[in-house]
Amino acid sequence: MVTTSTGLRDLYRSMVLIREAEETLLRLFSQNRMPGFIHSYIGEEATAVGVCAALRLDDYLTSTHRGHGHILAKGGDLSRFFAELYGKATGYCKGKGGSMHVADLDLGILGANGVVGGGIAIAAGAALSAQLRGTDQVAVSFMGDGATDIGAFHESLNLAAIWDLPVLFVVENNGYADFIAQRDHQRIEQISRRADAYGMEGATVDGNDVEAVHEAARVAVEQARGGGGPTLLECVTYRWRGHFEGDPQPYRSQDEVASWKLRDPLLVAERRLRDRSELDDGARDAIRAAVCAEIEEAVAFAEAAPNPEPMSALEDVFTDVVEEAR
Amino acid sequence: MSELSYAKAITLGLREAMAEEPAVFCLGEDVGYGGAYGATQGLRDEFGAARVRDTPISESAIVGFSVGAAVTGLRPVAEIMHMDFIACAMDQVANQAAKLRYMFGGKARVPMVIRAGTGGWLNAAAQHSQSLEAWFIHTPGLKVATAAAPADIRALLRAAIHDDNPVIVMEPLSLYEIRDEVPDVADDLVLGRAIRKRPGSDVTVVTWGAMVPRCLAAADTLASEEVSCDVLDLVTLYPWDVDAVLESVARTSRLVVVHQAARRGGFGAEIAATVSERGFDLLDAPVARVGGLNVPVPFSPVLENFVLPDADDVMAAVRSIA
Repeated sequence: MVTTSTGLRDLYRSMVLIREAEETLLRLFSQNRMPGFIHSYIGEEATAVGVCAALRLDDYLTSTHRGHGHILAKGGDLSRFFAELYGKATGYCKGKGGSMHVADLDLGILGANGVVGGGIAIAAGAALSAQLRGTDQVAVSFMGDGATDIGAFHESLNLAAIWDLPVLFVVENNGYADFIAQRDHQRIEQISRRADAYGMEGATVDGNDVEAVHEAARVAVEQARGGGGPTLLECVTYRWRGHFEGDPQPYRSQDEVASWKLRDPLLVAERRLRDRSELDDGARDAIRAAVCAEIEEAVAFAEAAPNPEPMSALEDVFTDVVEEAR
Repeated sequence: MSELSYAKAITLGLREAMAEEPAVFCLGEDVGYGGAYGATQGLRDEFGAARVRDTPISESAIVGFSVGAAVTGLRPVAEIMHMDFIACAMDQVANQAAKLRYMFGGKARVPMVIRAGTGGWLNAAAQHSQSLEAWFIHTPGLKVATAAAPADIRALLRAAIHDDNPVIVMEPLSLYEIRDEVPDVADDLVLGRAIRKRPGSDVTVVTWGAMVPRCLAAADTLASEEVSCDVLDLVTLYPWDVDAVLESVARTSRLVVVHQAARRGGFGAEIAATVSERGFDLLDAPVARVGGLNVPVPFSPVLENFVLPDADDVMAAVRSIA
């Protein structure tokens, strides 16, 4: 369980949890113990952690196909998360969603989404709902740079601005839309410039600096909660792995990947903690060991969990109608 | 009882639902000003601009915002001016609204309504005249319904708004000005139950939407030829009332299915297939289908009337198997 405290050490621990969970599931996936495809979040941990640390438990978020980090950063349960990735009955979605659709409505997680940009309007709608119900909840829509090219991005930001909705549009600019480098899929470098076109606040931060992300998100959340309307927050980061596991990545050099690994968000935070004498080797190892124990327990839960009954495929389409097997 | 137009009956159903439950709100292009065809007239004055919301021309946002609002506790009623424009919002309809509950293992509720102005006879050509029910019936996770009388559309809208699932309500724009009696007391109709518009014994005619009055006109003429038609308005196209259709066919042994949408791949084919699977022994003749010709709806009244089915086509189909 990730805490939402804002101390750097807590943020660091959350990032370690996401990193170790991702490393673990990549290992399990490569051993064919998990079906489907995996879109790894490794390298982008500071974005999810920095933003989610600025949120309350009852705030909303929509996530993406590359969403593992968002789910865990908002407080998602590791065991049910892993069980869902295994397609098991005790997973978050009873095995009906998998990696791309993990949701926890009790935590305000309105789902990862298999359609690039599919969650943008949904998050804005949740913000509209909060505004109409008179609560001070805030909604966050995570998206990649690729999602800022779809029509729903434009429609949603325009309308969210008109209605002063309490929503953050968080762009994780990881440099690539599928296989296409940002310079080849949009003419601008700084995506936050698009905020101008909608009449909303825009900011670009170093997406590998968890404190910078957190501070920018805190300001934007405060503005949204106070009725000041939406923000387009761009976090510049990098996708260490391919678009999906198994992607041969002919579109980039390994030198480029290596140069970004020097700016590993975990290392950035670790160095800063050491400079502040808030972390030493012993404390670092203890964090890692504790996190790994949690993950091991979750994997054991997922491995032992029952498969769904085939007939359960007919349930959960509607609240009332149950489909028949024919 | 009071006499209302179809458009005013829509307004009445929306007004009742909004007055009864603060979670209900309307959004769409021009709805605050009453909508392009007047169905939301007066609602903004009564309930305020927060609950009757004009949007930019952004169908994807209209539907997507509705999904987000529905999944967080509200009951949005989105208007799509012409059903044709829902194509601009298809990701939000087919991949989001229809799928969230299922993908999330039954945890989410998505109680939302999409009202869509539907169909032809407006002389509005190919992008303002379609009846696209088949797209949505084919997409698991959506309920689809339509009504042909003022009393029915009011009761249908109430039922759709009270339903905890996404419901697409098709409102035939060519029926907006028809007038008929509407009960004083509000009641929801039951989704999934057909309405018998005319009892008969020789041929079952299953239809919906703008074709209902045309089928009734055909049945009038056929009655003078001693052919008695049992006319069922299906109302809900998913989940549809298989039992009512089979019960009627058990008495008549003959079935004609009539819709305005293009015949090819139309929902009539599904009804014909279901009846042949489950009621083959009941039939004394092949199921006859009446639908629009398999072309886009053309502009010129001469062309449009040729392409869309009318009472004569229904009568010809009935006579061919009676």
